[in-house]
Amino acid sequence: MWDYSEKVRDHFRNPRNVGSIEDPDGVGVVGSLACGDALKLMFKLDDEGRIADVKFQTFGCASAIASSSALTEMISGMTLEEAEKVTNQDIAAYLGGLPEQKMHCSVMGREALEAAIANYRTGSQGARELEGRVVCTCFGVTEAEIERVVRENGLTTAEQVTHYTKAGGGCGGCVGEIERIISRITGAAPTAESQPLPKSRRMTTIEKIRLIEETLEREVRPKLRRDGGDVELIDVVGDTVIVSLRGSCANCLISQFTLKGVVQSKLQEFVSPDIVVVEEET
Amino acid sequence: MRTVYLDNNATTMVAPEAVEAMRPLWCDLYGNASSMHSFGGQVASYITGAREQVAALVGADPAEIVFTSGGSESDNLAIKGTLDAFDGAKRHVVTTRVEHPAVLGLVRHLSQRGYRVTELPVDPDGSLDLGLLDRSITPDTAIVSVMWANNETGVVFPIPQIADIVKSRGVVFHTDAVQAAGKMPIDLAKVPVDLLSISGHKLHAPKGIGVLYVRKGTRLMPQVIGGHHESNRRAGTENVPGIVGLGMAAELARAQLPNEHRITALRDRLEAGILASCPGVRINGANRLPNTLNVSFEFVEGEAILLMLDDLGIAASSGSACASGSLQPSHVLRAMGVPFTFAHGSIRFSLSRYTTGEEIDFVLRHLPGIIERLREISPFAKDGEFERALAADHV
Repeated sequence: MWDYSEKVRDHFRNPRNVGSIEDPDGVGVVGSLACGDALKLMFKLDDEGRIADVKFQTFGCASAIASSSALTEMISGMTLEEAEKVTNQDIAAYLGGLPEQKMHCSVMGREALEAAIANYRTGSQGARELEGRVVCTCFGVTEAEIERVVRENGLTTAEQVTHYTKAGGGCGGCVGEIERIISRITGAAPTAESQPLPKSRRMTTIEKIRLIEETLEREVRPKLRRDGGDVELIDVVGDTVIVSLRGSCANCLISQFTLKGVVQSKLQEFVSPDIVVVEEET
Repeated sequence: MRTVYLDNNATTMVAPEAVEAMRPLWCDLYGNASSMHSFGGQVASYITGAREQVAALVGADPAEIVFTSGGSESDNLAIKGTLDAFDGAKRHVVTTRVEHPAVLGLVRHLSQRGYRVTELPVDPDGSLDLGLLDRSITPDTAIVSVMWANNETGVVFPIPQIADIVKSRGVVFHTDAVQAAGKMPIDLAKVPVDLLSISGHKLHAPKGIGVLYVRKGTRLMPQVIGGHHESNRRAGTENVPGIVGLGMAAELARAQLPNEHRITALRDRLEAGILASCPGVRINGANRLPNTLNVSFEFVEGEAILLMLDDLGIAASSGSACASGSLQPSHVLRAMGVPFTFAHGSIRFSLSRYTTGEEIDFVLRHLPGIIERLREISPFAKDGEFERALAADHV
């Protein structure tokens, strides 16, 4: 059972500002049903540009609901300039702390707020846009987002990054990459056991196929097999690698993420950055 | 506040009769059954009696009952003990994607140590394709391990048929019967299972005691080594109070089996009541144990439901990602292809013979209001195009 603070329990049992605003000035939506939590935040400004009304709707666990409720209380009456300074630590601190595995709930709150402010200022669609390179394709987390939580929260391990952003908590295919991002920021040496090969001279096709098979076996299959899936190498045509997903991966809802995120990114990392992975036509 | 305990697939209350049976074994009859004095020796007869009681529950011979520390140890002993007995001559294991972590975690560990593992899929009802099971067995297959009943959904696999298939191929067959034992009739005189796991605390015996049934003639390498206990199959001084408690619990369970329909009726009342009072609900799994109801509420998250139930003293469990502490919902529900909209909102109610109709009515009085409240907070449950689009985009 989670060790929730009294304040988390209170905001979960009696959430403040639930609902929606007709004709809001800003709307932000983050998360999804597939991920297990989602937050829709909307606000209306008064004549002085302060947040006069703020409402939320949340799908998620107790700490997700409590984080959303706390956020609305915190930013009520703020100008947008003040509101955008609110960090995920501020939300967690307001609630008397969150279990570390639940810190992603506070990050979700901050992201929804930013999306809503961007929606007000630029008329962007209000959904969180993926800026830059996506590192975790299971949960749609970008390199920039990971860098930010690492910096702002002083994180040192990939497990912590998973607690804060969910990145790495699905197939696990990006854990090595998260470790490298952390080490780049903190200056520490990565602990990942496998390092990408230096890419100096052109490989022969046979070398390439062998390296692809080795990479699939070492980097990809253990992760897929944990979820009852597998991948088979069908053919290699130039830089195009044709594979077939097997077992549970074959009919998984996120198989496209698996293909591009896990298989392609690992082959790009360890074989050649030009690799494109496609699924065998059936 | 009183507790309405509907989490009996997690653990159960120790039966008062079992506590009573264990009482003399703490301070009076505390001798070691292996000792050469009669003070210790008299304890052996208690162990013998309990072995007979457990054997009677599953239609076994007492000599085939090996006491262990619980279900996980029994599963480990069965699978590793069999593989070790083959000494590398056979390196393939067949199991299912919906096994308890005691089996699934073990075989995935073994798959990284030179063993090949086939995890059979299940259909949306949670059922296995027996043809596929048959085809997955190869000359290299050392053991097939298929649970008798699923802990999360209560789905019962046709173990008599599966045992026939596996034995016709000459392969060792293990079944994790931790959830089935005591909840449905098991007769190993008729079903050709080689190895069968039982956990004490799932059937009103204490925690820390379990059984591995080992059919006569089955080759098994012990995994706890260093003593002659349990016919050289499991070293360690016997947990005599636990063994005696389990013996009594097994006897009570056997006597209770003809009344299992009372639990079925209560479970069905809960199920019908939820279906009648809550929209957007699905029942997970067909052909289930009498005591288990796994129900999903669309657009709400399971941990939030559990906490609101907890405020009322109602104890249940959830397959949602948040409740499990991982980031993905239950491996069983995912294997069944339960949509994400439902998987995150799954709740398991598991009853016992101590569950009352009044407790079921208490849940039915409060649960619809909880679901309604959480749906009011949820952005997906409303009639908005944006919400529908977002949901459709991700599901």
